[in-house]
Amino acid sequence: MTLLEIQDLNVGVDSREIIRGLDLMVNAGEVHAIMGPNGSGKSTLSHVIAGKSGYEVTGGHILFRGEDLLEMEPNERAAKGVFLAFQYPVEIPGVTTMNFLRTALNALRKARGRGELSTPEFLKKVREVAGSLNITRDMLKRGVNVGFSGGEKKRNEVLQMALFEPSLCILDEIDSGLDIDALRIVASGINGLRSPERAMIVITHYQRLLHYIVPDYVHVMSKGRVVKSGGKELALELEACGYAQFETAA
Amino acid sequence: MKQVLAKADAGCATSNFLAAALERLPGAGLVPHIRARAFEAYARAGLPHRRMEAWRYTDLRALIGEVLPLAPRPDAAALARAKASARRVAVDQAVKLVLVDGIFAPELSDLGELKNELHVQSLREVLENSATGAMAGLVLSTTDDAVIALNAAMASDGLVISIAEGNTIRRPIQIVQVATGSSVSAFTRSYLQLDKGAHATVVQSFISAEGASGYQANDVLIALAGDEASLSHLRIAADAADAVNISSGIIAVGTRAKLDLFSMTCSGSINRYQGFVTLGGEGSKLSANGVNLVKDKLHADTTIVVDHAVPHCTSRQKFRAVVDDCGRSVFQGRIVVRPVAQKTVASLSTRALLLSDQAAADNKPELEISADDVTCSHGATSGALDNNLVFYLRARGLSEKDAQMLLIKAFIGESIEEIFADNLRDFVTAQAEHWLQERL
Ligand SMILES: Nc1ncnc2c1ncn2[C@@H]1O[C@H](COP(=O)(O)OP(=O)(O)OP(=O)(O)O)[C@@H](O)[C@H]1O
Ligand SMILES: [Mg+2]
Repeated sequence: MTLLEIQDLNVGVDSREIIRGLDLMVNAGEVHAIMGPNGSGKSTLSHVIAGKSGYEVTGGHILFRGEDLLEMEPNERAAKGVFLAFQYPVEIPGVTTMNFLRTALNALRKARGRGELSTPEFLKKVREVAGSLNITRDMLKRGVNVGFSGGEKKRNEVLQMALFEPSLCILDEIDSGLDIDALRIVASGINGLRSPERAMIVITHYQRLLHYIVPDYVHVMSKGRVVKSGGKELALELEACGYAQFETAA
Repeated sequence: MKQVLAKADAGCATSNFLAAALERLPGAGLVPHIRARAFEAYARAGLPHRRMEAWRYTDLRALIGEVLPLAPRPDAAALARAKASARRVAVDQAVKLVLVDGIFAPELSDLGELKNELHVQSLREVLENSATGAMAGLVLSTTDDAVIALNAAMASDGLVISIAEGNTIRRPIQIVQVATGSSVSAFTRSYLQLDKGAHATVVQSFISAEGASGYQANDVLIALAGDEASLSHLRIAADAADAVNISSGIIAVGTRAKLDLFSMTCSGSINRYQGFVTLGGEGSKLSANGVNLVKDKLHADTTIVVDHAVPHCTSRQKFRAVVDDCGRSVFQGRIVVRPVAQKTVASLSTRALLLSDQAAADNKPELEISADDVTCSHGATSGALDNNLVFYLRARGLSEKDAQMLLIKAFIGESIEEIFADNLRDFVTAQAEHWLQERL
């Protein structure tokens, strides 16, 4: 089943074109990797899919399970199953991680027509997942991402991904800032979420992550469009030769 | 009763106005004389205006223009309306003392309940019975501030409370000040004395009864926290939308004593809380915090002056303002460190969140440090909600309204969390959340 269908997408910021005629099709159960040089528009694409304001979609469309995603509010998209693990997760002082997780989870469950979790059920679930990601209780008590290290922030994103049960996970450089052990922990957390109903878009600069999370497809993005697609070997090729060969193609 | 008490544009007023009011104001012996002197001081200065540094952002001459005539004594109907309103803001477990239109209403108060631990008199009683005038002089003392002088001249009633050495009053004492009238003013003045080692919590709630409008409240609270005493004072102004409330607190803190101050303004038209705290005993501690919740055309000013008069005292202040519509929030924090006040630790943080293009916030921290071995810091910011934060929350499933709500609650929570007692913190949080619910 097709989860995400992007056709001829054009996106600008302040009348500057950033995404220029991008096509992408993602089916349930698949893992797609997107690689590409700095500034090629990978994060912009992920923000547009998640519904961030400030971008102007000047052409094309994005369908999610056949529905027009661009018409939906960000929270509706989340409720439908879109999840973005941010490249730069923000800090929210004064809102404890626990309170945030609970508020968000209940909002999502409500929108999906399910009842709120009881406190013991919620705590059990959070502690289980947090434990597997090496997230301490102290971190859960602190403000969202406040004083978290780069790697801790990324683990917190994966924690949310596991709790919120999305059907499309977009992971924007989930590997940046992770040490080798953390990379393994995060990757195994993500692999544990792979399922026939769920798709993933993994944005990364490094083959190393794709060694752990083996993709079905690899896309090269350059100057706002997908310039080459292939299987997992494409990532190895990129690692060896770099992006130069695609810059002209774009 | 339509005559105007004091014309502001003239900046002065004839003592005829006082003479007319005096017949109704309590006070035997020297009291009329004290009132007359205070009125003269007010009349010389007139209402404060923007060319006075302390009133730079709150130009009373321009904002209120004139002082309205004294409210009539509340009748049975007014008392009944006041009672209904007072019930709505009652703090759980509190000993309630109610002033209606500037007059103490024993029939609405829990006077008998703490007879043994707490000595409570009305200001009227004290002024009528003060044989020597010493107590009257103390209770009616003034500063060079004209609104405080005017209050001394015109104060019709209030509460005089003393707590004896070593006594701990566990239940909060709540002074509820209700306005029932329209286009009238009430002048109230209370005096609070905590003897050595005494502990108490005093909440002042300013509210209006249904139908009250366009009134002016001018309140002064003088408090003395004796050595090793501990006083928590909360002031919550929830006046009618077109009302004026000018409240002044003059508080002296003794050796190793502790003062927790919290002020929240959530409605009204013009509101000013000015707190003057003197840390006059070594090792004393002040924690002053507050929240201005400002919408419509409310002008809410919180001005705190902390005088570090002796060494080894600590003051920490955290103020937050949320400003919407055409509202304006003012925060002025002046910290004075005297030459002798070595080892002073003082911090001040003030932040404003602007929710609309017309909303405005003025933050003025002012440090006057004359000692060299001190640790002082201050920070002031104002700005809109961070869209990246709002988006992060929305991407996690929260509606725009819920995302804003969560962020605003966290923002004001930084100040509210400083309230020590759980029940009072919850009380303030509930009031703030009510304000947010109404807004969003
Ligand atoms: N809000 C914005 N205003 C102006 N320019 C923007 C904005 N957002 C993105 N851009 C520009 O769009 C281009 C693409 O940015 P984007 O963050 O999507 O790149 P990226 O592929 O994610 O890069 P990286 O690998 O470094 O994360 C960049 O040139 C960036 O400067
Ligand atoms: Mg990026």
